[in-house]
Amino acid sequence: MEFLIASAIGVMTAAGIYLVLRLRTFPVILGISLLTYAVNVFLFTSGRVVAGAPPVLRDDINTYTDPLPQALVLTAIVISFGMTAVVVMIGLGAFLGSDDDHVDDQPEGKV
Amino acid sequence: MSLFFIVALPFFGALLPGLMNPAGRSACAGVTFTVTLAAFVGLLTNLPAILGGDIVTARVDWMPALGLNFTLMLDSLGFFFALLILGIGLLIIAYARQYLSHKDNMGEFFTYLLLFQGAMVGIVLSDNILLLLIFWELTSLSSFLLIGYWKHLPEGRQGARMALTVTGMGGLAMIGGMLILGQIVGSYDLSVILQNRELIQADPLYVPALILILLGCFTKSAQFPFHFWLPHAMAAPTPVSAYLHSATMVKAGIFLMARMWPVLSGTTEWFLIVTTAGLITMVLGAVIALFKHDLKALLAFSTVSHLGLITMLLGTGTAFGAMAAVFHILNHATFKAALFMSAGIIDHEAHTRDIRRLGGLRTLMPVTFVIVMLAALSMAGIPLLNGFLSKEMMLEEANHTVLFNSPWLVPVLATVGSLFSAAYCFRLIGHVFFGPVRDDYPAKPHDPPAGMWLPPALLIIPVIVIGVAPFVAEPFVKLVTASVLGNAAEMPSAHLKIWHGLVPALYMSIIAVLGGLAMLVIFKPALRVWDAVPRPEAKTIFDAVVAAIVRLSQALILPLHNGAFTRYAAVGTVAIVVAGYYAWTTGTVGAPMHEMQKADPVLISGWGMLVAATIGMVFLHRNRFLSLILIGIVGLMVSIGFVFLSAPDLAMTQFTVEVVTIILLLLALNFLPNHTPIESTVLRRMRDVAVAVAGGLASFALAYYYMLRDPVSTPISEFHLANSYKGGGGTNVVNVILVDFRGFDTFGEIIVLSIAALLIYALTEALLSGPVRMRLLNRKPDQPQAGGVHPMMMVVLTRGMMPVVMMVGFYIFLSGHNEPGGGFIAGLIVSIGVVMQYMASGFSWTSARLRYPYHGVIGAGVLVAGFTGIGSWFVDKPFLTSDFTYVRIPPFQEFELATAALFDVGVFLSVVGAVMLSLESFSRLARRKDAVESEHPMDIDPSRDDRPRQTVTEGA
Repeated sequence: MEFLIASAIGVMTAAGIYLVLRLRTFPVILGISLLTYAVNVFLFTSGRVVAGAPPVLRDDINTYTDPLPQALVLTAIVISFGMTAVVVMIGLGAFLGSDDDHVDDQPEGKV
Repeated sequence: MSLFFIVALPFFGALLPGLMNPAGRSACAGVTFTVTLAAFVGLLTNLPAILGGDIVTARVDWMPALGLNFTLMLDSLGFFFALLILGIGLLIIAYARQYLSHKDNMGEFFTYLLLFQGAMVGIVLSDNILLLLIFWELTSLSSFLLIGYWKHLPEGRQGARMALTVTGMGGLAMIGGMLILGQIVGSYDLSVILQNRELIQADPLYVPALILILLGCFTKSAQFPFHFWLPHAMAAPTPVSAYLHSATMVKAGIFLMARMWPVLSGTTEWFLIVTTAGLITMVLGAVIALFKHDLKALLAFSTVSHLGLITMLLGTGTAFGAMAAVFHILNHATFKAALFMSAGIIDHEAHTRDIRRLGGLRTLMPVTFVIVMLAALSMAGIPLLNGFLSKEMMLEEANHTVLFNSPWLVPVLATVGSLFSAAYCFRLIGHVFFGPVRDDYPAKPHDPPAGMWLPPALLIIPVIVIGVAPFVAEPFVKLVTASVLGNAAEMPSAHLKIWHGLVPALYMSIIAVLGGLAMLVIFKPALRVWDAVPRPEAKTIFDAVVAAIVRLSQALILPLHNGAFTRYAAVGTVAIVVAGYYAWTTGTVGAPMHEMQKADPVLISGWGMLVAATIGMVFLHRNRFLSLILIGIVGLMVSIGFVFLSAPDLAMTQFTVEVVTIILLLLALNFLPNHTPIESTVLRRMRDVAVAVAGGLASFALAYYYMLRDPVSTPISEFHLANSYKGGGGTNVVNVILVDFRGFDTFGEIIVLSIAALLIYALTEALLSGPVRMRLLNRKPDQPQAGGVHPMMMVVLTRGMMPVVMMVGFYIFLSGHNEPGGGFIAGLIVSIGVVMQYMASGFSWTSARLRYPYHGVIGAGVLVAGFTGIGSWFVDKPFLTSDFTYVRIPPFQEFELATAALFDVGVFLSVVGAVMLSLESFSRLARRKDAVESEHPMDIDPSRDDRPRQTVTEGA
């Protein structure tokens, strides 16, 4: 199970980095989203992974998974939505303003 | 009056002139005068204590951990300077009221002036050297504003920049020196530092600290080789020059040298650096001043020269030198301020400050003539005026000073300096006021109104009184000298008097005065020689140095920072991987602590879909719609993973965020091209694959290795599990952490989210108010459009779902404390419900039914959360302390009431507002000119008679 999770993190990171290195805004934004998933899962696993032991207290249960990374990741997910929205807006504004959605500064006169 | 008030008054008072601006110029000056007068009177209330030899202090611990305390101290030295700053300040304000013309914004001027005044008073009253540094920098900044007050003059702007650069750099050096000093002593309080002379001078870091502090003092007080900024700062209005360069700003460096005198002086290093710099500055300034034609430039260089004189006196390190320095500070402030103001009067009345165009003003401006003559003769060192007394003392001190093993060097140079000093004073009187009356003045000169000549005339009173009866000033000068000396030296027994007998100083004085007269006689040939000799122009050198530094930084930065963001990303990734690899190979990785857990078939299939979708995205990312669907799959699989791995809250959050993110990206794709073209070469793509694979492998390895090992130290999570119910009253530990244990974090996070949403709103507004607006309105859709935009089926379905969604949201909110759920998730669910209405019935229909703007919802959320936190203050608990109780209202079950639930309401509102404001902003961009917005909820409505209108033109 650990191998599957770690490899999923690895695959998402690799794909995320590759897309971030693309030249247009949209794939870069998707790449950042993939990296967000990878980072969130990575942070989540810092509490180590346990199946079937949610941190909701019950009288007859004594084993719970680590709740702290979950709380931190929860807000991270919501904030990452806000950040994605801002980045999309900036990319959109740049495209609408200049008719160009390149990520890198373009040499003078090429646009 | 408390010292705090004296320092704070000018700063708070600085708000007033701007407000009084509409009330007229006199009101503006009046309020400034009143504020300064209040501070002045406040200072005088401390006079009895000072005369009694006490030290007045006021203390508030600001950041005690850093040694930064708001500590003020008023001893006789501080009192002396504060008296000069506020006293001359009063005269300057009265003078500036007359001097500034109708075109000048008086409120702005007096605001800057009061800021400057407050900073100066702060310097001289600080007892903490860190606080002193803050005020020190504030004087640099506020003097920048004052010098550059006439923004339309290029000289003013350049002079202000130069002053800021030079004094700012000196200030930076001084910060270093002061920090070293604080480290040596172990305290940043001046009163402590001043008691530790032996400790400081024995320390190996004494010399670096000394040099750094002197750099600060020399730049501020325009000592050679930093003297060049002061004449350029003369582009300022004359009241500024008179204030900054006679009594205040340039005296700050002198003040600090006097303040630090007990601990820094007396060593060979101090003597060599300070005396030499002072001596060079004195002679150089005096020589240059003689050949300046601009009245203010002449006075500027004479100020440089006199500051050099004072510096030299402090440098000798003897008690007599310190007393002479204090006395000369007093005398110089009086006659120099009077001279600057008179120069302003001449400029104001004759419309020129060029000495070559003046002459014969004696009869035209008799009042000004008397003022200038007395002040200039005092500066020249003529008996019965105060300048004579301190100059005699200086010559006396010079006579006993042996520099570089030569008993002649200092006396000779001091005499030369005095000679040129006398010469330019005689030239000032002779070439401006004597000679024939001319008929080519730019304006007809006459004496100004009393409001303008009274301030300098008042300053002439001490010039004469001290000059005739020096014993009047003696107790005060000795009192100030005592606090300069501290316990480092004994008070000299010498007295201030006119006649000392036939001492060498008298002969030196006579040589200087006679030589000065002789220089005036041979001025014309001397000027020709001066003009013929090539000299380095300080401004050219300064400009060249600045330009070279700019070129150097550009050469360093531009190749690295070339705007290629993908390159930064690649370099950053590789750097992180390399650093991680280094840590990996040099550290130790222990053996796995537990077996790998068996994988469930569900997990394997989920993993398969996630990996397939992710890899699919890489290959299919050029088709943007397809990649959106694929990223949706990835997000879904991550949510399912969270369910499986005991994180129900995360799963719900991820799932709902996924929905709104996809909607957001779809909205964005509405405007962006649907396809990404192939642009990068195969080689480049290979490189990117290599970087990506390296990064992926690294994160895989890191995650894999640590999941099989336990944490090095016990995590704090046990505390949360144990106290969640007992202390927080909830069984859902994740939610209790969010709203209770780490509520402050959550509070910060909802604020960040809200700011992000407002930022999106602001960007949208900016786009819609610019040229983009017309393009958006006239945009043609690039995809074929469906016939009906608001289909009946969808409208009916979403309308039916709305109450259900609301109920689910409500349930999840309420149960959140004990079961998975809470404000974040409920907020997202409710947002999705509302977004569905937008999608089904259109923007305008939905907006028309909106009762509260989303900004308000965001604000309400943050306020509710904030007030919940503040509420705990009323029961003397820290911010966001929570409490809960159980109540039972028949016939319901017993239920819990917790303040944390109220906080969660804030979270809920912020999330709803932020998500909706973001999405709404995007959809506002989508309005088009050719699309008629329907106010009906759906296109086909059987209850409506009219024919369905085609609301959108068919696309291509």
